[in-house]
Amino acid sequence: MPLKLSEHDQAMLDGREGRAAQFAMRIMVRMAEVYGARELLDVSQAHIDSVSILSDSMLEFAEALAGWGAQVRVPTTLNMVPLDTQGWQELGVRPDVAHKALRQIRAYAKMGCIPTCTCAPYEGYLTPRFGQHIAWAESNAIVYANSVLGARTNRYGDYLDICAAITGRVPRQGLHLTENRRGQLLFKLVGVPPALLREDVFYPVLGHLVGRTAQDQIPVIEGLPTTTTREQLKALGAAAASAGAVALFHAVGVTPEARTLAEAFHGAVPQRVVEIRPGELRAAWAELSTAQEGQRLDAVVLGCPHFSFLEFRALARVIRAQQGQRVYPGMRFLILTHQAAYALLQRTDLLEELTAFGAEVVLDTCVFSSPLLAAGVKVVMTNSGKQAYYAPGGLGVSVAFGSLADCVRSAVRGVICQEEWPWPGC
Amino acid sequence: MARVLKGRAVVPGTAKGRALVSWQPLSLWGGLDPVTGKIIDQRHDRAGAVVTGRVLVLPQGKGSSTASAVLVESVRAGTAPVAIINCRLDPILALGAIVAQELYGVTVPVIVLGAEDAEAIGDGDHLRIEPDGTVHIKSS
Repeated sequence: MPLKLSEHDQAMLDGREGRAAQFAMRIMVRMAEVYGARELLDVSQAHIDSVSILSDSMLEFAEALAGWGAQVRVPTTLNMVPLDTQGWQELGVRPDVAHKALRQIRAYAKMGCIPTCTCAPYEGYLTPRFGQHIAWAESNAIVYANSVLGARTNRYGDYLDICAAITGRVPRQGLHLTENRRGQLLFKLVGVPPALLREDVFYPVLGHLVGRTAQDQIPVIEGLPTTTTREQLKALGAAAASAGAVALFHAVGVTPEARTLAEAFHGAVPQRVVEIRPGELRAAWAELSTAQEGQRLDAVVLGCPHFSFLEFRALARVIRAQQGQRVYPGMRFLILTHQAAYALLQRTDLLEELTAFGAEVVLDTCVFSSPLLAAGVKVVMTNSGKQAYYAPGGLGVSVAFGSLADCVRSAVRGVICQEEWPWPGC
Repeated sequence: MARVLKGRAVVPGTAKGRALVSWQPLSLWGGLDPVTGKIIDQRHDRAGAVVTGRVLVLPQGKGSSTASAVLVESVRAGTAPVAIINCRLDPILALGAIVAQELYGVTVPVIVLGAEDAEAIGDGDHLRIEPDGTVHIKSS
């Protein structure tokens, strides 16, 4: 069946809405053909990752669109960007690079995008509604929007995200359609003690394991408590979307499209049942580290995805338990976050406490797209499954994965201190 | 030994090159350096291999939605593979190839083959790809 376009789609394709809309619609139509979609559907929000990396081709693309007069048709937020827009001078960004990155951000702002500059666009600004069709990029945001919020988006890559925002249209297929949101694999927690389910460190480990096993299928997790926090679901999803191509997961009794097991599978039988026992969790936990216990540590990096206000508060509690001890001399302790969390932080004492400990709070960006870590940094520790997964390739460092408490303790001693296995009794 | 396979030409085009075969999915973001064309995901089975000028045979892409931009940048930098063969449609890779074509006029064909067909391709085999999705294999 050929693709059926609306009159307005056709007008854009024919160039009657300007060159930018025509270019964007051409890409959208070709992608609809790739997907085998028969028509396009409206989206009412977009999130743009095209702004997150700086390359000559990305800048050329953005400035060409802006120069052609592109305007987004729906409220559109921006992903994290290649620099801290306020503090880049102190953070190792070369002025010529900064100049290009700022030009890129301005090009998207000129198109009407809101410069939120965060990979956690679900935290407080234009949070999508249940059932809302959106066009989001950024793998952790996609999985969060679909799974935790029940909004509907496919994995829109760079370029397609802004083309969706400019046209307000996406191919009618994939996770926009109810029948494609049915769970496929069932992950059952077996013999996992309830105390472990309360630990934040459990969630990225579970996400890594689920993502690696599910790849691009839709996993359903049974056995998580109803008290699972949004930060825990954020960490789970980010890790699952890194180790695999997970764009949607269901957690029975926790996420909105899985009030029951039957609802998660739309009444059908799982294609496969995978039992998760403590042994598998332990192996996944070990797999997230490439550095060794006791090795000298150069930096701790937190906030992948960007730290929320509540994550800052949890960190401050852990730091207080160190009773005034500070980050080991010469070591870096970076926390990546967005302007919204930072604004809340400024209204409390937390920022002072963190600074006194020796932590640096960085806005708008990410260690993978901004040179926040000096070349001498070889060993990094994090509590993020996503960061642990990407750091060896993306940063050329060895990485240690640990709980927030492990990260803080290690920062104070200057060496990696992981509890050999953080969950006694498993 | 010569063989002919028929796949779906997701992004049609012609290409010739030797196969670089991997049986693990790869995220180009954090997985491919567009400056050198080298696979840099240390956990990947082909870590260290250079994709430039090769037909990259991957079961599928995965992970970050930035993969499409990495492919476009590698096209701009002249380090891209000459074609990509997947066993499962990866729209993010297809998108990168389409944008590279629209922006720079360079075609990196993307072909989807059945997994059994793809297994007939050996690392280093000489491949020739036609716009209708036909893949000619000459074993190395």
